[in-house]
Order: sequence, then C-alpha cells, then structure tokens
Amino acid sequence: MRVVLAEDSVLLREGLTWVLGSAGMEVVAAVGDAEELLRAVGEHQPDLVVTDVRMPPSHRDEGLRAALVLRRQRPGLPIVVLSQYVEERYASQLLSTETTGVGYLLKDRVADVAEFVEALRRVAAGGTALDPEVVAQLLLRRRSDPLDQLTRREHEVLALIAEGRSNGAIAEALVVSEGAVGKHINNIFAKLGLSGADDKDHRRVLAVLRFLKV
Amino acid sequence: MTIWQRIRAHWGTATWLRTLHVATGLLTGLLSGAVIVALVAASVLLVWTVAVPVIAVALLFWTLPLFTALQRSRFTAHLNVHIPPLPRRDFSPHPLKWLVPQARALSTWRQLAYHLLCPLLNGLGSVALLVTWGGTLAMIFLSVRAFDISPRPWLGMLFALIGVGLFLAAPLVARAFTWVDVIAGKALLGPALSDELAQRVETLQESRAEVIDAADAERRRIERDLHDGTQQRLVWLAMNLGMARATLTDLPEPARQVIAQAHEESKQALKELRDLVRGLHPAVLTDEGLDAALSGLAARAPFPVRLSVDVRQRASATIEAVAFFVVSEALTNIAKHAEATEATITVVRRGDRLRLAVRDDGRGGAAPERGTGLRGLAQRVGSVDGELRIDSPSGGPTTIEVELPCE
Repeated sequence: MRVVLAEDSVLLREGLTWVLGSAGMEVVAAVGDAEELLRAVGEHQPDLVVTDVRMPPSHRDEGLRAALVLRRQRPGLPIVVLSQYVEERYASQLLSTETTGVGYLLKDRVADVAEFVEALRRVAAGGTALDPEVVAQLLLRRRSDPLDQLTRREHEVLALIAEGRSNGAIAEALVVSEGAVGKHINNIFAKLGLSGADDKDHRRVLAVLRFLKV
Repeated sequence: MTIWQRIRAHWGTATWLRTLHVATGLLTGLLSGAVIVALVAASVLLVWTVAVPVIAVALLFWTLPLFTALQRSRFTAHLNVHIPPLPRRDFSPHPLKWLVPQARALSTWRQLAYHLLCPLLNGLGSVALLVTWGGTLAMIFLSVRAFDISPRPWLGMLFALIGVGLFLAAPLVARAFTWVDVIAGKALLGPALSDELAQRVETLQESRAEVIDAADAERRRIERDLHDGTQQRLVWLAMNLGMARATLTDLPEPARQVIAQAHEESKQALKELRDLVRGLHPAVLTDEGLDAALSGLAARAPFPVRLSVDVRQRASATIEAVAFFVVSEALTNIAKHAEATEATITVVRRGDRLRLAVRDDGRGGAAPERGTGLRGLAQRVGSVDGELRIDSPSGGPTTIEVELPCE
C-alpha cells in the first residue's frame, strides 16, 4: 500500500514512516506542509493519505483544509486526519464530504501501533475510522433525540459502527458473539426507522449518519 | 549656618532671582493681560460681525498655551519650580472641533485666570519692592543728610532705623510675592487634580489592556510551544514504546511488564497534557472562532447542551478567549455542583457587545462568595470591563449572563 504522509514535526514524521514501514506499507512521500502534501498526492497517486491537522505556515488547520481539497479533487481517496485534539467541527467538516474512506483520529492513537495500523487499513479499504473520543462527544451531544430509544448496549454497538468497525470487530470488542451483534444492529435499524432499506451496508452508513447528524 | 552665611543668604542670589521673577512677572503679565483684554474687548465690541469674535476667541485659545509656556519657563528659570505641563489638545482643522473642547475645558479658564491675575499680583509686588528698595536708598540719603547738614542726630537715627528695616524687609517682600505667585501658578497653570486623575485612569486603562492582551498572547504561546514540542515528543515516545511492546515479545516477562507500564504511563501523560493544553487556549478557537470552540465544549459536557451562536463578526482574540473561558467554567461548575439534566448556551453579538448566557435546570444557589470558580469568572470578565450577572435562586434554575465589549 502506497502512503503519502504529511506531518510537520520531523521527529513524528520519521517515527510514523518507520511505524508504517514496519507494518508493510510503503511511504512514498513524507512532507512537512499542506502545499507539499497536495503536490505529493498529485505526483504519487497514493492509496492512502495520512495528514496532521495543524501545519505550516500558519500552524492552524492547513492539514484539514488540504484533506478537504483532496477529497473534492479525488472523490474516494482514502484520507486519515490526525489531530492533537478531537474537535467535533473538524470531524463534521471531514465527514460532510463523504463518509467512506475517511479517518479522524487523535494523534495519541499512534501509540497503540497495531490498532492504529488496523484503522489505516480500514480507511484504505474504503471504511471509516473515527476516534472513540469523537464518537463519545457526538454520543453525548445527541442524547436527546430518537437515539434515546436505544439501549446502552445498542449505543455501544452503534458507536463502534461509527468508528468503522466490522461486525466481527464489534463482537470482539464487546466480548459477545457475532450473532448477538447482528441482532443488536437489526434492533438499531428498526428503532431508527431503517428497517425498510434492502442494502445492508447502506443501512449501516445511514445509521451512522443519523448518529452523527452530518 | 553662621550668622554671616545667614546674612549672605538673606540678600543672596535667590533674593535677586525672586526680585527678577516679580519684575518679569509684571512684564509678561502686562503683555498677556493686554492681549487677553484686547481680544476680549474686540470680540465684545464687534460681536455683531460674528467673524471678529470667532477669530478673536481662536486667537485667544491659540495664544494661551504660548503665554502659559512663557510663564512656566519663568518659574523654572528664576525659582527652579517646575509646573507640570497640561495635556496637549491636538489641533483639528475643523474649527468647531477644536474650539468647543477648548472652551469647555476647565484648564482653559484656569490659564486665563492666571494670565489676568499675573499682572495684578506682580504689579503689586513690583510696587512693594520698589518701595522697600527705593525707601532703603532714600532713608540712607536722608539719614546722612540729617547727621551731616542739620545737627539733628535723633532724626538721623530714625531714618537710619527705617532704612535698616526696609533693607531687611525687601528680601521678605520678594519672597512673599513669589510664594503667592508659585501657589497661583501651580494651581492655575498645572493640570487640575481631575485632569491628572483622568489622565492617570487613561494610562492605567491602556496598560491594563496591554497586560491582559499580553497574558492572553502568553497563554497562546505556551499552548503552541507545548503543542509543537512537548506533545509531539510524548507522542513519539508513546509510539516507540508501543512499537517495543508489540515487537519485543521474546523479552523476559519483567522487561515486557516494564515496557507495558511505561507505554500506559506515556499515554496517560499525553491525555493529561492534552486536557491541560486545551484549557489554556484551544487551537480551534483561533482557527474557527467561538462557534466551533463552544460546540467542542458542549459536546464534551456530561449532559446535553443546546448551543446557539450568532456571531457574524469575530471579536478580538482576547475577548474570544474570555468568552470561551466563561462557558468552559460555567459548564464545569454545572457538572460539578448543579445536578442539572441539561444546559442552554446562547451567544449573540450585537454591535460592539458580545452577550453570553448559560442556563441550566439544576438546583441553583450559586453564589460568587461560595466558590472560587465563579469568582475567577467574575475576575476574568471584569478584566476586560465586561459585566457578569448571576441569577441562581435556591432550587434553580441558574442563569449566568455575561456581556463583553468588543471593538
């Protein structure tokens, strides 16, 4: 898998290159600012882009802006945005383009190397990877609506779906059987009024969208 | 001090300078008095022409500071008395904008009073000095004549005594008149206490605003430094420990435990640092303004928060930081004490006022005297001349309203 990496801290850039390399990914370009990122993506046509939010020259949200530009220019290009802080606003902006092939993770997640790499692979494969903190924020925020009808377990399941996990991964995370997860998901669809839809994956995305209100 | 020194001091340089001060006071006073009287007389006599009084008044206001400067230099040169200068009024090409404030300023009329008083006072002083010095000379002459020409020694003694008296009194007269002149000069030509206070308030306001802006800039600088340096290093450290934990599986168990522990600790440190840094000044506030930063706060609160932000024009960074702090503190307080089930935040900017309101349905009874949280809030709001109102009857609900000025 060919990756373009954008991170202004040299230390972290080297570290991430090493982590991705050791996970069998090929970092074709590691750049330090948003303009270089746009150029590198045009040049290398990567399978995945990993970018920091804050980057030179103004050290504001250049990385996020660049990600939005890339999403517009190349729909479907998988992008993972790393941020020092989880901000709902950044997440909604990112998710407002398309919810497939998008990741928004706290930078700290890099520390859990295996999980981090797994999240990158998920996004590269067209999935989503939302930081549990974003999900938790959104979950708290949206408590007073139809989602109220969901049980605590169903909430957990929906949160994990929103993070981009598969049924298998959800079952593993909650220590239940995959069949139980399927049942929970059907209940969620029913409560959110999504039972009529025939395509399963589509309903998953709709449920997440309803959940995130984006 | 010996008697000889005392005597020398009595008729010394200071005395002559004082005498000179009175004499020049008469001259400058006559000049300024004449100009003022002439201008006033011209404007009164020719009031029907309109143009003449206006020009005369303008001339008067224009010459006043010149006379004042002249008088001030007279005090400095002769008596080493420094009269603090009046605050300068900037000249405006628009005559009304310049004349009206001049006419309304108390200092204008005080200066005028001095320039009219000066010739009278120094005139009297000059006469008195002339009498004493002239009298001394005359008495010497008369007593010499009395002893010399007609042998009437008692008359000569009398003249001599009066002469000595006048000679002794002359320096005292000079001293007395300059003393009065200094009092009048200081009172009428220097800045009035109210002017001085107003000026000081202005300076203090400016320096306070600078201090607050500096503190805010410092907060942002610390946030940036931590973000660009410490946080990145910690992430790198945690990442390396994570890598070690994942790959060094063949190490002895104690070593693996140490690595695992260090990994967990580094992640905890990252989390704590993140919370700390966000409290200082969230990056999203700089990037996207209050709306985004407050929705982040609202999302993090452990209860549902309804947020409505109507701010079309962004306030200054300092004001935004205060507003963010207010909401952050209010939500923390609600979470800690209020037992509320929900809260509402509204932020509205109308003109140069930013109004914030945080309402909760908790148990109320919040008072600034009881907690440091609310007091800190009041202080931070007060630091930018904002207003804070807390309405929190026992049993609730609680409303915190804040109004912040923004240019």
